[in-house]
Amino acid sequence: MNTQNNGNLAHGANGNGNIEISGLDFYYGNYQGLKNINLTIHEKKVTAFIGPSGCGKSTLLRTMNRMYDLYPGHRAAGQILFQGRNILETGEDVNMLRARIGMVFQKPTPFPMSIYENIAFGVRLYSNLSRGQMDERVEWALKKAALWDEVKDKLDKSGLSLSGGQQQRLCIARCVAVQPEVLLLDEPTSALDPISTAKIEELINELKEDYTIAIVTHNMQQGARCSDYTAYMYLGELVEFGETDQIFLHPKKRETQDYITGRFG
Amino acid sequence: MNHTSSNPVYRMRLLTHRIGIFMSFSAMALGIFFLAWILITLVMNGASAITPAIFSASTPAPGSDDGGLANAIFGSLLMVGVSTLISTPVGILAGIYLAEYGDESWFAQATRFVVDIMLSAPSIVIGLFVYAIYVIHTKHFSGWAGSFAISLIAIPVVIRTTDNMLALVPTSLREAAYALGAPRWKVALMVRLRAVRAGILTGVLLAVARISGETAPLLFTALNNQFFSADMNQPMANLPVVIYQFAMSPYDNWRSLAWGGALLITFGVLGLNILSRTFFSQKAQG
Repeated sequence: MNTQNNGNLAHGANGNGNIEISGLDFYYGNYQGLKNINLTIHEKKVTAFIGPSGCGKSTLLRTMNRMYDLYPGHRAAGQILFQGRNILETGEDVNMLRARIGMVFQKPTPFPMSIYENIAFGVRLYSNLSRGQMDERVEWALKKAALWDEVKDKLDKSGLSLSGGQQQRLCIARCVAVQPEVLLLDEPTSALDPISTAKIEELINELKEDYTIAIVTHNMQQGARCSDYTAYMYLGELVEFGETDQIFLHPKKRETQDYITGRFG
Repeated sequence: MNHTSSNPVYRMRLLTHRIGIFMSFSAMALGIFFLAWILITLVMNGASAITPAIFSASTPAPGSDDGGLANAIFGSLLMVGVSTLISTPVGILAGIYLAEYGDESWFAQATRFVVDIMLSAPSIVIGLFVYAIYVIHTKHFSGWAGSFAISLIAIPVVIRTTDNMLALVPTSLREAAYALGAPRWKVALMVRLRAVRAGILTGVLLAVARISGETAPLLFTALNNQFFSADMNQPMANLPVVIYQFAMSPYDNWRSLAWGGALLITFGVLGLNILSRTFFSQKAQG
C-alpha cells in the first residue's frame, strides 16, 4: 500500500489477518439461515462462495461486517475471529468494524453526490485529511479501481451520471479509499456487461495483493478464475471448502461435483 | 391462426379497452370543464382589478373609492414566509425521525398516526385551537398567531411528504453507506435525505401553496387589518380574509378587489405548483 496514503485506521499490526469463522449460526427471526459454519478466510487471498440462490452465501458475507445489525430479528451466534477478537460480540464498535471490513454490493449504489464526494464521504468518516491529501487519496482510490482515466476530467459530476460498470467501479474505489483490510464483494458483477465484468475481475486480481477478499458469485467460471479458495454452500450449510483448483478439479463430495458440472442447481 | 379482428377473445378485450378509455376521458373532461370554468370566471372578473394600485394602495375604508390590496399581499407573504421558516425544519426533521424509526418504535408509529389525523383536520379547528392557547392569553389577534395556525397546517404536509419520499430511498443505498462505517445520523442526513431532496422541496412548496389560500385558521388568529402593518404582534391583513370579507360586501370596488385577490392567490399557487414540478423533474441530480 502506498505509504503516503497510510490511513489513520488502527491496523492490527501483528494480528493474524485471517478471518476465522467457527460454529456460526444465523437466524432471520425463527428461520435459520446458516447452520454451523466453520471456515477460515485467508489473509490476502480471494475466497469465493458459490452455491444456488438462497443457500446463505450473501448471509454469510453480511455477518462478517455485521450488516444484519440493521434489521431487528436478525441475529448471529458463534464466533467470527478477526485479529484476535470475536466481532459478533455486542461490545464491538460496528462502525469501526465496517470501516475495516469494506463491502461492495450487487447493484451499483453511487451516493447522490459528485464522483469526488462519493470517494471522500467514507474517508472523512475516520480520517482528517487536508484538501491536498484528500485529492491524492481520491486519485489513488480511483486508480486502484481502474476508473481514474475515465473520470479524471469530471470529478465534480454526479456519480449517477456514470454507466453501470463505471458506477460499480466507483463503489469499489469508494470502498478501497477507506483502506480497509478486508473486501467483501457480494455478486459485484451480476448487473454488469461482460467487458465491465472483465475489468472488475482484473481488479480483484490486483487488489488481492493488498487485501483479503471474499466474493459471492453465481458465475462458476468467475469463481474459478479469480479465487484461491472456494466454498460451496447449500441450504445454509457449508458443503465443501478448499483450494479452488481442488474444488473445481477434484471435489471430494458428490454434491459439489454435481453443482459444478451443472447436473444440479 | 388469426389474432386480430375475428378472434373473439381479442374483440372482447378491445371493447373493454374502449369502454375504459371512454370513461377515463369523460371523467377527465368533466374535471377540466369545471376547472376551466372557475379559472375563466376568475380571470374575467379579476383581471380588471389587477392595476398598479392593487400593489401600492391599502384596502379602502367603507364607502371610499379605489384602494388596493398592498397590506393584505404583504401580510400574507409575511405570515406564509414565517410559517414556512417554522414548518420546513420541523416538518423535515420529524419526517426523518418517522422514516428512520417508524417501524421499530411505538412512539414513532403513534406520531405517524397523529400526523395523518392532522392532515385531514378541519382548518377552522386549528384556528380555534391557536385562538384558545395563544390569542386569549395575549388578548389580541396577531400576525404571530396567524403564522402559528397556518404552520400547524403546513407541518403535517411536510412531515408526510418527507416520510414518503425517504421511504423511496432503496435499502441498498443506505446499506452501502453503513458498509463504509458511517453512523446512522450521517447516513440519514448525508445520503438518504440527499437522495430525495428534490422531492422534499416539492413537498415544502406544495405546503406553501396549501397555506397561501387558507382562510379559516386566520379568521380567529390574524383577523385582518385595514392598514399596512409589519408588526407581527398586531392583527395583520391577509388575502384570504380580505377576500372573504370583501366578497360579501355591498361595495362594488370591494368586490372587484376580492376578485383581484382571488386571482392573485390562484396564480400564485399555480406558479408554486409549476415550480415544484420543475424541481421534481430535475430529481436524481447529484
